Amino acid sequence: MEYVDYYKILGLDKNATQDQIKSTYRKLARKHHPDLNPNDKEANKKFQQINEANEVLSDPDKRKKYDQYGKDWQHADQFEKARQQPGGFGDGGGQGYSFTGDDGGDFSDFFSSLFGGGGRGSRQTRYRGQDLNAELHIRLSEAYETHKKTITINGKNIRLTIPAGIENGQVIKLKEQGADGVNGGPKGDLYITFVIENDSAFRRDKNDLYITVKIDLYIAVLGGEINVDTMNGKVKLKVAPETQNGTKTRLKGKGFPVYKADGQFGDLFVTYEVTIPKNLSDRHKELFKELSQHSQ
Amino acid sequence: MKNDRLIPAAEFCRYYHVEDAFINSLHDYGLVEITTIEHTRFIDTEKLAELEKFARLHYDLDINVEGIEVISYMLQKIQDLQNEVIVLRQRLQLYEI
Repeated sequence: MEYVDYYKILGLDKNATQDQIKSTYRKLARKHHPDLNPNDKEANKKFQQINEANEVLSDPDKRKKYDQYGKDWQHADQFEKARQQPGGFGDGGGQGYSFTGDDGGDFSDFFSSLFGGGGRGSRQTRYRGQDLNAELHIRLSEAYETHKKTITINGKNIRLTIPAGIENGQVIKLKEQGADGVNGGPKGDLYITFVIENDSAFRRDKNDLYITVKIDLYIAVLGGEINVDTMNGKVKLKVAPETQNGTKTRLKGKGFPVYKADGQFGDLFVTYEVTIPKNLSDRHKELFKELSQHSQ
Repeated sequence: MKNDRLIPAAEFCRYYHVEDAFINSLHDYGLVEITTIEHTRFIDTEKLAELEKFARLHYDLDINVEGIEVISYMLQKIQDLQNEVIVLRQRLQLYEI
């Protein structure tokens, strides 16, 4: 256990007045206060040292004891005996601030050895940890189903369940998964922003999906049945005769799952793109010409 | 805002030994949202941690509300930058493997 030079911590000499101690302490406390230095362990440590120095030097009784026995803290118990004598030290009391500790937990071993357990009994301020933000990239096909993922934030593995239907840019809050609190304060929260990368042929708009499907001229004219991809497999779709290029059809409930609404899905909108046959044979050309003459 | 997430401003003031005028000033500077229901003013419990911080800055460090507003803005900016650094570091890792 090392001797702690409280005067040095506050940058004062041994003859400093109470006003000087008070004003220096407040100045340093403002500089190193945990609220002003979130996630800064060095500042937090410095703040505790300043607090401890103030706890001792702002209290005439403790200051006297420290001045007398500080370097010889092993013999501090003699001080206690002296205190019992007539003319011993009275119960002094310096100006206290609300962020001084109350159980010695924040104080050094040196302090505890010299003064026992605690400070002057004022409240110990607990600080909530900093909120953290992270970005999580997932594929559209992953967002289609509820799944679990493990992410690493500040070296800590966090397993989270991503509900189906999560949207691009959506933020979810994981309570108390942020930075650790100070002095036993609660942890901060973790905010995860989802970035959804499209790995499919679908375009997503909220819970609806859009896809363009090519159909050949003959099906467009005569009608027929085609297979259309959905997010969870193929479905058969009847194409009405004389379907025009750009015609849209809606497949109800074949879109994207609705976020946190079990069993509910958006719709899938299919746009037909009619393809004109290429590399026609002579026979085909003849038939088209014949068709053309009939339609005039 | 759900009503079960609200606590009366007066209760907060009593518990934290904070003057009502301080809450009003924070509200005037847009630092705290106050919801009034049937003439009673309420604070969102989600904002309590932030409000506690403002109270500490004011009462422990003698920082006035104008100062708290600037600090709040700067801290948010620092946090945004720190978060951006985290995201960029994570992206960078993809290229470093």
